[in-house]
Amino acid sequence: MAEAADLLKTPLFDLHVELGAKMVPFAGYDMPVQFPLGVMKEHLFTRESAGLFDVSHMGQAWLVGPDHATTAAALETLVPSNMKELKPGKQRYTVLLNDNGCIIDDLMVSRPLASEDDGRLMLVVNAACKDNDYEIIAAALPENVKLEIVEDRALIAIQGPKAAEVMALHAPEAAEMGFMEARPLEFDGISVIASRSGYTGEDGYEISIPAGAAEAVAKALLADERVESIGLGARDSLRLEAGLCLYGHDIDENTTPVEGNITFCMQKRRKEAGDFPGGERVLKQLAEGTENLRVGLLLEGRAPAREGAEIRVPGTEEIIGRVTSGGYGPTLGAPVAMGYVPSNLAEIGTELELVVRGRALPAKVAEMPFVAQRYYRKPK
Amino acid sequence: MSTYFTKDHEWLKVEGDVATVGITEFAQSQLGDVVFVELPENGKNVDQDDEVAVVESVKAASEVYAPLDGEIVEGNELLVDEPAKVNEDPEGAAWFFKMKLGNAAQLEALMSEADYKAFVETL
Repeated sequence: MAEAADLLKTPLFDLHVELGAKMVPFAGYDMPVQFPLGVMKEHLFTRESAGLFDVSHMGQAWLVGPDHATTAAALETLVPSNMKELKPGKQRYTVLLNDNGCIIDDLMVSRPLASEDDGRLMLVVNAACKDNDYEIIAAALPENVKLEIVEDRALIAIQGPKAAEVMALHAPEAAEMGFMEARPLEFDGISVIASRSGYTGEDGYEISIPAGAAEAVAKALLADERVESIGLGARDSLRLEAGLCLYGHDIDENTTPVEGNITFCMQKRRKEAGDFPGGERVLKQLAEGTENLRVGLLLEGRAPAREGAEIRVPGTEEIIGRVTSGGYGPTLGAPVAMGYVPSNLAEIGTELELVVRGRALPAKVAEMPFVAQRYYRKPK
Repeated sequence: MSTYFTKDHEWLKVEGDVATVGITEFAQSQLGDVVFVELPENGKNVDQDDEVAVVESVKAASEVYAPLDGEIVEGNELLVDEPAKVNEDPEGAAWFFKMKLGNAAQLEALMSEADYKAFVETL
């Protein structure tokens, strides 16, 4: 474990300490794993009101080219999603792929709203992957598209059913945004970039803020009794209930988007052309299926099955897969897990066993998300 | 009745040759919200430091060790249905199991309440 002195601090570090957070090393940063409320109450509070998350450890970067078509084309050489078609003010989830079609990282891409920003795409990548991502992206760009790494901004998320009403008090135009839209906002006079998205399955925003103003924005939101500070512990249980992948666990450099069951990130044009790293393999998998698939798993009892737990067919001893994420789902009030199983055993309702401390616990392949997502869709 | 504590943050209340065992207030505060407890089987013979029970919080699973040699005589079924009791009343209603002492001399090496308090302050 890294010494505390070697760990990086986000612009909200002092605020976390002041609020009584329990700090732990995470991806090279000293991050709050929980606040005095505790993981369970933080989780439940987010689902019924609004939680504030510091995600400043994640990587923020710009791709900057002469026009949208050029920048989008450059990014498309690395990802299997439509970027050319991404409209101003829209955001998209995608994955960086290696030559085997496996996932180097998952990321969010947004295209700025303003026409003077044409040719710019904003990337948000995982903290633990960012250095490697930047190297790969920079190496793949043509002369006229540059990668600009953003080091001087914080990133916070406000998530939950009351996130929008609280946000609107400080930045009224936030209310006009739909799910997966991004735009600049004035938050109490501070210029920020917000997207209506997140990692909890709830409505909410992610807000990129100049580092020096991050504490002011966080404090303004936390001053509202509808908002509480939430740590990484509840962030993990929230995303797990929402069926969202954690990079390095549920998807990694050995899984393709097809095996990872996230083909929603691939649009038709790319799926037909296969013009991305590992395209041939991914297209073959799309046509013929894969050996293994990521599935949701619900256990019958109360014992959680955690990452690494073996998956078996009842009555047999053979290990057919492993749990990649698992724990207790506070909103569901039951243990939840996800893992990889052979595709012929991936059907919803298939009975399996998860081995915990030598004991086989009955489980079933289940639909994800485990808790319904509540994203905000604008009325047409 | 005498109360003893271990470095693994367990408490024991000894009456005659039976010890009631649970985890301390400090242990529950470190674990966070408990969501599952696995109890040992009645009649199981255990050695000191064997893993005999499991307590899971939202975050992680932790073991509960046998503080002494002996035989498990009862598990607290309340915790199976209401694991959150471990957070509410760890040193009372939320005891984990009772064991018949196999070697009462082992009690001498355990900590008193005052010793345990001093030990926790060093952590």
